[in-house]
This record gives sequence, structure tokens and C-alpha cells, in this order.
Amino acid sequence: MSRGIPGGALLLNASGCLDALAAPEVARSLDAFVTKTITPEPREGNPPPRIAEVEGGMLNSIGLQGPGIDRFLVETLPRLRELGIPIWVSVGGFSAREYAETCARLDGDAVAAIELNLSCPNVEEAPETAAEIVAACRERTGKPLFAKLSPATWDIGETARAVESAGADGLSLVNTLRGLALEERALRPRLGGGVGGYSGPPLKPVALACVHACARVATLPIVAMGGVMTGRDALDLIAAGASAVALGTVLFPDPGAPARIRAELEAGAAAFGFAEPLLARGVASKPPSEGGGA
Amino acid sequence: MLTRELHSVVGAEPVGPYTLLRLERGGTHPGIPGQFFMLEAPGRLLPRPMSLCLAPAGELAFLIDPIGPGTRALCALEPGGEIGVLGPLGNGYDLSVQRPLLVGGGIGIAPLPYLSERLGRPRALLGFRTEWHAEAAALVPNAEVCIEPTLVTELLPDDPGDVLACGPEPMLEVLRALVPGAQLAWEARMACGYGACYGCVVEVAGHYERLCLSGPVLREAS
Repeated sequence: MSRGIPGGALLLNASGCLDALAAPEVARSLDAFVTKTITPEPREGNPPPRIAEVEGGMLNSIGLQGPGIDRFLVETLPRLRELGIPIWVSVGGFSAREYAETCARLDGDAVAAIELNLSCPNVEEAPETAAEIVAACRERTGKPLFAKLSPATWDIGETARAVESAGADGLSLVNTLRGLALEERALRPRLGGGVGGYSGPPLKPVALACVHACARVATLPIVAMGGVMTGRDALDLIAAGASAVALGTVLFPDPGAPARIRAELEAGAAAFGFAEPLLARGVASKPPSEGGGA
Repeated sequence: MLTRELHSVVGAEPVGPYTLLRLERGGTHPGIPGQFFMLEAPGRLLPRPMSLCLAPAGELAFLIDPIGPGTRALCALEPGGEIGVLGPLGNGYDLSVQRPLLVGGGIGIAPLPYLSERLGRPRALLGFRTEWHAEAAALVPNAEVCIEPTLVTELLPDDPGDVLACGPEPMLEVLRALVPGAQLAWEARMACGYGACYGCVVEVAGHYERLCLSGPVLREAS
């Protein structure tokens, strides 16, 4: 299995932050489109309200609303394929067996890669470890497998090493952090699902630390995400060790973000003396003399 | 195209407790009454969905109730300021109606002035919490106004015709029960306005649907 980002994608969307069928031109401004997480059965998701703006960021409690793998394969995937960009399918489940069976059904050539959502903050977790789920999926698919990990762990590097040993081809770092917000007047949860996933600019330092930690201990390519609002944010994640960057919350206020961030990233890398952004990969971990540029 | 454009503020004028925020229109199409725009709220991460209230020459005007940090920031805008605007978005009212009757409650009257203009100033029934809130009724021609405890739904004639409404959920629920075929504009918290976030779902026929794509105007079965 090749050790890189499938298709050489540099900018992707974070799963659940874009509907390529509702906004195809936004999807086409990315190098690859990552679907909302697909589960074995259809899911209605969590009750509204599902969105709460909080200090510096936002909470979401969507709860993996989706059509289920059967309808996804028949109704959604053929239409996504018509977009003409690589499709990554995000896979979720409530046991290793569910993840693996869903992966096995994505073997057609319409799917460029699979991202295992091992860290949704809004639903119950599978009982197995991330590595056990990756191992179960590895047995059932030859597609590139990216493990999306939670930042809410003391030693994410250990998890990265474990999923690498289990056969993952890459890491997606990071998912949202679980958060809670209360109504101003009622002291009751603002979200229908109670807690939600915290995203936006405050997640960036957390993502940077996770990418930095994983890049030091694992050789897997990393798709980094978390609070990317500008090209400089993307450059920072690359400097910490990422090989690609995914945009999440920034897409909500600004569907033009991919083109803007791509231009800012290229200009930002050039300002540091890098002819292309990926030449800055990992420089944050090198001695200052090898750090490049200004 | 889904492109956020910068628009200059022409003015922000009080209308009772609300603010009428007037922006330079630029090249943006005002859309169909009932459609909405995502307005950048200064200092906030997420934009706020607002239906168009009026489309005077060269302008887009929004009626805003300052109920939270985002709407307060929008109401505090001053002439010369600039905000990002995305829209028009969603599905507006179907204007091919024979006997229109507009029904609005509170800040829910926001899309009715533009709707009234496009429909030739039909009769309107408006309900408000206080006389102060009812100052906004001046924006809607040919309006009959009631103040709580009288509810606007009590003013409905026996044969209401083609009802086009916007207002608080209890009002819309009553209209849904009383007036088959009514066109009702609903409200939900949205992060994006274009189907990306799945935050704005409402229950339609037993399933959650994104209001930004399916609505905000939903037509009840007749």
C-alpha cells in the first residue's frame, strides 16, 4: 500500500461539513470530497436544536444522520461519482463488525479511500479499540484506510502507532472535542442531544499538538483538520507534519473558503521560501537551521 | 453560485424593538419572498439566516430582532460598515395564488413587506406581543393588527383563501391545523444555509429534513 495521500489531495473537507450534492461547486474546489459518515442502517440523527455558537467556536449535535449503506450505494454514490472528483467515504458503526461489513461494500472503483470515523462525539462508541476496528476493516477491504481519531486522549501517538500496526494507511486528525453549552436564561443544555462536538478556531492548537505528536511516532500520512480558517492555519498543520488539510467549520460561513485558503496557503508557504506547501511538512519538528525560509 | 459577497451598510433604523438593516444591493438578486440570506454577524463565527424584508431600489433590507450576540452585532452596524452576505437561499413562497392572505406574528412578519409588494399589497393579519412591537406593522400595507392576549389566528376569516404566513411556531402549528394548503415559513438555527451542516432540520412527514434546502417555506398538504 502506498504511503501517501490518495491522489495527492492537498485540500479536503472534514466529514459532515459539506454536502457535495447540495453544493457541487464547493466540492469541486477541493481535491477530494469526504462524505458524511455512513452507517449500516439509516439514522435520523439527534433532535434539534443541533447547532450552538459558543465562545470562539461552535457545538454540533447532528448524530450521524444518514441514509444507511444500502441507500448510499444506490442513490448517493453514483451521483457523487458524477462530480468527477475523488470520493472518500467516511464509515461509522457501533461495533468492529459493522465497520468492517460497511467497508467491504465500498470496494467499487467509485471510492478513492475510506475514512473510519472512530471518534464521533455525538453517538455511543463501539466497544472495541480503534486498532481492533482498523484490523477488522483491513481484512475486508483493499482501499486506503484512514483512521480518524479523537483528540480527547492523553497519548494520541500511542493510538496512532496501534492503528498503524493494525493496517491503517493514514490518519485523520482530529475529530471535534465533546462540549456542552447551557441556555442563557434556563441553565439547561442548548442542544437537543445535550452535548455536542466543539469545533472552530479553538480546536486548532489541539489539532496541531495531535498532528505533531503522531508525526513523530508514526510514519502514516496525516490529513489534518481542526480550526482551519486561513491558509496560515493550514500551513501550520503541514509544518507540524500533515500531508493534507481538511476544512470543516470554515465552510459554514464561507463556501468560498477552499479557493481562498488554497491561495493563502501557497502564498504563505512561498513567503517562508517553500516552492510548494508540502515542502514545509514537518519543519516544526526539525532544528531551527533546517526550518527553512524566514 | 455560492459566493459570499461584501455589502456596505446603508443604514440601521429602529422599528419598535427591531432594527431595519439596509445594505447596498450590489449585484445580488433579491430572490423570491421567503428566501433568506446568511448575514455575517461582526465578531461572531457563524452567520445568521435572515429573510429579505424589503427590496428598495439598490438595496436589500432585513428586519432583525436583537435577541442574541449575533443579532445584536447586526443591529449595531453603522453606515459605511461592511458584512459578508450569502444568498438568496432556500425556497420562497409560491406567488401563483388567487386569493392571498398574509399572516404574521412578531419578528415573523420580516418577509411579509417584500411578499406584500410582490403580490400587489393583499390583506394582512399581524399579531404582536406589545404596542411597541406592533410599530413594525407599518412596514406591511393593508394590515389588521392585534396585540396579545388576542392572537392573530383569532382574526382568521372562515374562508381564509390562500394563506402565506411566517411567525412563531405555535402560530404556524395552529395555521397548519386550520388551513390546509397554507404556505408556512419556518425558522431554525443554521450554521451554513446551504445544506452543509445538517443543523437546521425540522420534522417533515416523520423524517428530519434540512430546512435550508426544503424550506424555509413549506407547503402543508391540502
